[in-house]
Amino acid sequence: MSLDYFLTVSVFSMINMILASSLNILIGYAGQVSLGHAAFFGIGAYASAILTVNLGMGYWPALLLSVFISGLIGLLLGLPALRVREDFLVLATIGVNFVVVSVFNYVKFFGGPYGILGLPRPSLFGHAFTTREYALYVLLWTLVVVFLVRYLSNTYLELGFDALREDEDAAESVGVSSPRYKMYAFAIAGLLSGLAGNLWAHYMTVVFPDNFSFPVSIGILTMVVIGGVGTLVGPLIGAIIVTILPEVVRFARDYRIRNSREHKGVDLR
Amino acid sequence: MLQNIVNALVLGSSYVMIAVGLTLVYGILKILHIAHAGIYAFGAIFAVYLCEIGLPLVFAVTLSLILSALLGMIIYKGFYKHVLDRGRIVPLVMSVGLFATMEDLYRLVWGPYKRPFDVYINLPDVMTMDLYLSSRGLLMLIVTAVVIVLLYLLLMRTKLGKSLRACSNDLGLAGAFGINTDRSVAFAFLIGSSLAALGGILVGLYDNTVYPTMGSVPSYKAFVVVVLGGFGSIRGAVVASYILALVGTFVVYYFGFLLPRDAIAFLTMILLLMFKPEGLFGKVRR
Repeated sequence: MSLDYFLTVSVFSMINMILASSLNILIGYAGQVSLGHAAFFGIGAYASAILTVNLGMGYWPALLLSVFISGLIGLLLGLPALRVREDFLVLATIGVNFVVVSVFNYVKFFGGPYGILGLPRPSLFGHAFTTREYALYVLLWTLVVVFLVRYLSNTYLELGFDALREDEDAAESVGVSSPRYKMYAFAIAGLLSGLAGNLWAHYMTVVFPDNFSFPVSIGILTMVVIGGVGTLVGPLIGAIIVTILPEVVRFARDYRIRNSREHKGVDLR
Repeated sequence: MLQNIVNALVLGSSYVMIAVGLTLVYGILKILHIAHAGIYAFGAIFAVYLCEIGLPLVFAVTLSLILSALLGMIIYKGFYKHVLDRGRIVPLVMSVGLFATMEDLYRLVWGPYKRPFDVYINLPDVMTMDLYLSSRGLLMLIVTAVVIVLLYLLLMRTKLGKSLRACSNDLGLAGAFGINTDRSVAFAFLIGSSLAALGGILVGLYDNTVYPTMGSVPSYKAFVVVVLGGFGSIRGAVVASYILALVGTFVVYYFGFLLPRDAIAFLTMILLLMFKPEGLFGKVRR
């Protein structure tokens, strides 16, 4: 096991931790179940890709702007939540995910199915980050996010989310504005997953529409559910488990490929 | 023009098959049964497998339908039944997980590649000046028409249909009046699952390809139909299937919309959920 392999797996784990935490704010804190989280993730990644590659912006302004954009779009995509509840909201967010991916896929501006290539690694004082430094950089952001979520769960915001989650009508009746807290939840989730998207895109240096398709949303949801919905540490552990498990049981994947080769001599996956 | 209508009818028929089961299940239990499309894929793959090992088509299809129906019932009895009282999100998450597992299982057992559905169907191809409909498309239209009629008779004329309708109206009340709700729900799963499998087989025949992930897009797209038709209304679902297919086909054909048909469908669904959540034909029920 080389160092690069270890670093890559840890970077993915940390990015997944940010994603799981952001989805946890939606599901666990505010009670808004979203199955379109990969769309938020993808918007962060694509925003950064377009800003740096197509518009030639530097990494740092692009970081700020892409996180801001994804927060804004998170807010917009949260609009259905104001009208629909529970399982209808799940359906709507599934729809959002499919629509966003097909926009990435079919609109020329987003590079189509070939995606956007050649994102720069961030650099500081003229020194581009190496993989090792990038891992540290991601670690820094992960810590920031974890402490931010921890801080949020001690504020007035969290009380509003609690009320919203437990009973929307009861919350309304005591003066907690449910649209307002729903928008907050979606905006925060959008911001954080946009950050995750940005970190992911600049680590991979390429983005494709398929990276943000619906199964990815399911993966993020799995992390949250495995770790424990509504807890601070749960989604973090869930993210680590879900990221590392496929690496640990890699022999099973090898089996799958071998199995299909035996039949027809091709492997499509 | 005519060609477009016929194409849309074939497409709509494929929606009908899968949406009916979903509507039945949603109407009664109020859960989103995403794993339904897993059964759709299972029916098709298993039928192709049986044909490949040399069984005649009719026998293969029948066996596949029976097994799919049982699979649907097992999903209800083994999974959903135990989490029904824990809110609507839990069965949904379970269903998503189940669907992913099923797809990977098929991939493991039957391999990841696309298989042709090589059988001979004793029907003529329809070919005129401005219309081409293959024998397989014709089969699809005929079978769907028969299924819709049978379904109507089943729901409106039989005792089972009556109990299903009662359950869909109010499960608790139906139970209180002495209807064996558990059995009715199981029947809903049996009927819905065999229809989904039939849909899978017909689509597999029409496209002449069958593969483990063939259910991925239909699984979510069928919900567009369920939403459009008003949750839980079978008639609405059937009408909505054809409307969705017709509108989708014509919009793409005449306007060349920049998004694919699926995205249009989902966009419609989101807007509908936001502004007319009872669907096009559903009654307002809160």
